[in-house]
Amino acid sequence: MEISELKDLAKNIRIDILKMTSNANSGHPGGSLSSTDIVSVLFGSVMNYESSDPKWADRDRFILSKAHACPVLYAALAETKFFPKSELMTFRKLNSRLQGHAHIKTPGVEMSGGSLGQGLSFGVGVSLAAKINDKQYKTFVLLGDGELNEGQVWEAIMSAKKFELGKLVAIVDKNGIQNDRFTHEAMDMSPLPEKWKSFGWDCYEVDGHNIFELQKTFNSLDYNNQIPKVIIADTTKGKGVSFMENNPDFHGKAANPDQLKQAIEEISQSN
Amino acid sequence: MVNIMNTGSTREYAGKKILELGGTNPDLCVVGADLNKSTFTNMFADKYPNRFFDVGIAEQNMVNIAAGLAASGKIPIVSTFAVFGSTRPMDQLRVGVSQPNLNVKVILTHAGLITGEDGISAQSLEDLSLFLSLNAFSILVPSDAYEAQAAVELAINTNGPFYIRLSRPAIPIINKPDIILEHGGSNIMYEEGNDVSILCYGYMVYHAIEAAKILKEKHGIKARVVNMYSLRPLDESIVLKCSKDSDFILTAEEHFKYGGLHSLVSQYLAENNPRKVLSISMNDYAESGTTEELVNKYGLNADNIVKTIISNT
Repeated sequence: MEISELKDLAKNIRIDILKMTSNANSGHPGGSLSSTDIVSVLFGSVMNYESSDPKWADRDRFILSKAHACPVLYAALAETKFFPKSELMTFRKLNSRLQGHAHIKTPGVEMSGGSLGQGLSFGVGVSLAAKINDKQYKTFVLLGDGELNEGQVWEAIMSAKKFELGKLVAIVDKNGIQNDRFTHEAMDMSPLPEKWKSFGWDCYEVDGHNIFELQKTFNSLDYNNQIPKVIIADTTKGKGVSFMENNPDFHGKAANPDQLKQAIEEISQSN
Repeated sequence: MVNIMNTGSTREYAGKKILELGGTNPDLCVVGADLNKSTFTNMFADKYPNRFFDVGIAEQNMVNIAAGLAASGKIPIVSTFAVFGSTRPMDQLRVGVSQPNLNVKVILTHAGLITGEDGISAQSLEDLSLFLSLNAFSILVPSDAYEAQAAVELAINTNGPFYIRLSRPAIPIINKPDIILEHGGSNIMYEEGNDVSILCYGYMVYHAIEAAKILKEKHGIKARVVNMYSLRPLDESIVLKCSKDSDFILTAEEHFKYGGLHSLVSQYLAENNPRKVLSISMNDYAESGTTEELVNKYGLNADNIVKTIISNT
C-alpha cells in the first residue's frame, strides 16, 4: 500500500474502533487508538498473509499481547477482509466471534489473551516453530508499555536472545498510560531502550503515529540475522480524538453517542 | 492376578518413552526449565537438540512458548517438577493453553508426598485439584513405570491439552510392559468380590492391591481394586457400578482430599447414586522423610486402607 492508502486504512480502523466500542458500550478504545498506525502499517504493508486462508502455513504472524486492545485487531482484520465489516458490531455481544479480549476462534487472531505478559513468550514459541520447520515467516508481537511491568515479558526477552530469533519483532506501544495512572507513576520502566539493548535485542525508537517512519523502520530490519528486534513506538493514548488523547478515563470506557459523533468527525477531518 | 516383580520410576520410563516417540514423531518437542536431568527429558535433549528448548528457571515463559509451538502445529511437552509446573504458571495454563484448547502436554515429575526429603515445598499435593480446574485438560496418573509409558503414548496420540502426573522414587511395577491406556478408561487390578471397591490412582494402586490381599486373608472381606488412571475424563461407568454393587466404596490418593479423586467420585455420586464414600488422602502439609516413613506416618499405605475399611464395617 502507498502511504496515502495506509493513512486511509488507519482512519477507517480508528472509526471502526470507536463505533464498535460505543456499540458495545464497553471495551478499550484508548490503547486501540494508540496502536492503530502500527497495526495499519503491519497489515497494510509489511506482513504477508492471505485473508481468505487465515491459517496459511507461511503467513507472517501478528500476536496481540495487549489483548484488551482487540478492537484495533478486529478492525484491521475486517478492513483486510478476514471477515465482514458488519461483524464488528457484534463485538462483546453474545454468540459473537469477537470476544472482549482476543481469542483464537476469530479468523486471523493467532493467540488467546487477556492476561498481560504472555504474548511475547507465545511469539517465541511461534518463532521457534518456524526455525524447526525451516519456514521464513516473521512473528510480530505488539505489547503495551504498562504490560512490560510483568516479569514474564523479561523471561521471554531473555529466551528470544538465547534462541537467536531474528525473525521475531516486538513492538512496544508506548502510550504512557496504564489502567490506573501514567506508566511512569505506576512503575517507571525507563530507560526502556537501554533495558532491551542490555538483554541483547536490537532496539529502534520511532514515532508510533508516523506511518512513513513506521513503514521505513519495518522495511529496514534485517530479518535474516539472529538478533531479535524491538521497535519502541512513541504513541498517544486515544490518538486522533481530542477528548480521548492522553486521558486515562478512556483506557477502558467507550464514547457515548454524542462523543462518538464528535470523535468520528475529528478523525474524518484529520490529515 | 497381579505379580509384583520389581520397581521402576514413572519419570524415568516416561522419559524413555518421550525419547522413543521423538524418533517416530518429528513434531514432538520438549520445553524444559532447568530440571531436565531430573525429569529425564535430557535424553530427548541429547538426541534431538533442535527440538529441545531449555528456558532456564522460568516456568511461565515455558508454558506460553509451548502454547506458541502447539499453535504452530508442533506437539510440545512441558517438563519440570509438579510443584513448579502447576502453581507457578497457572495463569499461563489457563489463558494460554486451556482456554484456546491447545495441544500442549504438561508432563510433571516429583508429584505427591513421596517426593520425600525435600519437604513440603516440594511435595505436590494440590496439583490435581489445580489441573482439574483447567477445564480443557485431560489428566492421567500412571500407577507404575509401564503405565507411565502408556500414558505418554496416549497423550501424544490424542489431540488436546494433557497433564501427566509422575513421581520421583522407584515404585513397584504392577502392570505388564505392553499395558495400553484408554482416554477416559480405568483398569480393574484385583477383583476377589464386591464387598468393598477401592478406587485409586498412582502409587496408591499398589497399596490398595496389598490391602485387598490382607482384607481377604485376615478378614474374609472380598475387595475390588480399580485403577482410576484417568481423572479426566473420569470413567463414570465404573464408579457407578462400584457404587451400586459394593457395600463400601473407598478412594485412596496421594493428594489433598479436597479436589482429588474423592471429590470427583463424591460429586458424581451425589448426582447419580448418593452414598458414603470413604477416603484415604492427605489432610495437611507433611514434612521431610523417606517414602516409607512418610506413607506410614500419613497413612497412605495398605494397613491404613485395611483399618479404615474394618472400622466402618
